[in-house]
Amino acid sequence: MPVDFSTIKADFPIFDRQINGKPIVYLDSGATSQKPRAVLDAMDNYYRNHSASVNRGAYQLAAEANDLVDDARASVARFIGAPSSNEIIFTKNATEAMNLFAYSWGHANLGEGDVVVISEMEHHANIVPWHMLTQSKGIELRWIPLTESGELDLSNLDALLDGAKLVSVTAMSNVLGTMNPIRRLADAAHAVGAIMMADGSQYVPHVPTNVTELGVDAMIFTGHKMLGPTGVGVLWGTTELLDAMPPFLGGGDMIMQVTKEGFTTNALPHKFEAGTPMVAEIIGLGAAVKYLENIGMDNVREHEVSLTAYALRSLKERFGDDITIHGPSEPASRGGLLSLVYKDVHPHDLSQVLDQANVCVRAGHHCAKPLMQLMGVNSTARASLHVYNDESDIDALADALESADDIFGGLGF
Amino acid sequence: MPGLEDLYKEIILDHYRNPRNRGELPPPACKTEGFNPLCGDEIVVYAHIVDDQIVDIKMGGQGCSISQSSASMMSQAVKGKTIDEVKQLTNDFKAMMSIPGKGAASSSEADSAEAIAAAKAAASAGDAGNIAATTAGAAEKPDLSMGDLSALKGVVKFPVRIKCAVLSWNTLLEAIEQAEAS
Repeated sequence: MPVDFSTIKADFPIFDRQINGKPIVYLDSGATSQKPRAVLDAMDNYYRNHSASVNRGAYQLAAEANDLVDDARASVARFIGAPSSNEIIFTKNATEAMNLFAYSWGHANLGEGDVVVISEMEHHANIVPWHMLTQSKGIELRWIPLTESGELDLSNLDALLDGAKLVSVTAMSNVLGTMNPIRRLADAAHAVGAIMMADGSQYVPHVPTNVTELGVDAMIFTGHKMLGPTGVGVLWGTTELLDAMPPFLGGGDMIMQVTKEGFTTNALPHKFEAGTPMVAEIIGLGAAVKYLENIGMDNVREHEVSLTAYALRSLKERFGDDITIHGPSEPASRGGLLSLVYKDVHPHDLSQVLDQANVCVRAGHHCAKPLMQLMGVNSTARASLHVYNDESDIDALADALESADDIFGGLGF
Repeated sequence: MPGLEDLYKEIILDHYRNPRNRGELPPPACKTEGFNPLCGDEIVVYAHIVDDQIVDIKMGGQGCSISQSSASMMSQAVKGKTIDEVKQLTNDFKAMMSIPGKGAASSSEADSAEAIAAAKAAASAGDAGNIAATTAGAAEKPDLSMGDLSALKGVVKFPVRIKCAVLSWNTLLEAIEQAEAS
């Protein structure tokens, strides 16, 4: 069913706001997305009408809170095609989810000389936990290189995977927008007896996702980039994988039995959810998932491909060689993350100029410093899209870019 | 909303376009690197310090117009100055950025909220010269001029950019600490 995307902005209360009498042009959803009324209402409803601790009380309120969390967990599982909602582990964010996995699975399964393969386009959250295991366990970290166009160079994959125990790669680059061949990597990993982890932080919010079809053993993503609240992320893993992993944090909820001599762990998902969870945020994420499902993820993807195509085309038409947009040039093979270099204007200065027109973009290294070094820059300005963006936002970005000439036009390095 | 003309003064763009004292110095000059982990800006300071005096300084690194112009202006301002004078100037500059002073020339007053408020007020009043007196106490203070640096006072109206402006100063302080330690 076709969706009228022109009405979507009205679902997001923040777009009612004006700054200095002008509307907000929000192009930083790669950092965090805005939240629809449905998400705000769901969290508000929990606090107003159903606030109680979960997994504990026997009273009506507690049962209602339990039901809301269970429903959210089931919604998230359905959203990514997970076979069981018990495989959805709620964490603080995607970074914590990766650290949970690296610490628990890594310490149990990796030793001196064991190989973990990542790529040169990873976010720090999929680099630093492995560096930490390099230091503590002596593992070897290998990097899949990139091609000129910002895609994975898999020409030497067999050699890279030789002896690998884990392949952990992003499904969509947060800098380049590149969508990686996760299924192919998963099959190659399995062929050498390794397991496959995908970082879905930029992928799950924008692309129809089915973990079984992707062939991965584990995936992480975060709520706040998919129209949900901050403070909730997800580690998904197969039951087999999660069952075999030792617990991460110890405390309440994660135990079956505690004595003076020791403890036994609770079943999934509670084994990895020690302590009182972020109940309102989990419920908010459940509402975000339902909101996206209601639009339809196929429609979301189609809208963003079309808008990315418009952005690539119109910015190039207007600025020609004065603008460089990193990453794949084919909209259908990338996400709506556009790392821009405009003339010689430093990204930090560029974002300051854009801010005058309420155009919100991210300037910085995007927590991907190895990739920045490869690109020969120390930062980029990144415009990133979500369901609420439309062509007027791209036009506003272009107009604001032009205004940078007023200040920096004569620089001429 | 403050206008960009408060931030991007011509003199700042001139230092960005034509950075002064750009380059490297061989040992025994100290080399220190400063990074802004949020935006990726980097500053490299080469400071040749002899008998408590900065006899030569060169700057490297890359970053936005604010971080690089501040580095360029700083290099001009501190060359030939004594360590005490540089620390004083750093405090003065940070006060202009509404950061409480510390180190040799600091006073308890400088850490107070009133001092910060006064610094902000002075900054918006456009009198950089008053700031040092307000925050660091007038007594025993060398007569140091902010010179071109006062062009950066508009940065205080853009709080996110303050860390860009002070990056080179903190990196220089590290170089001084390194020299003092050796």
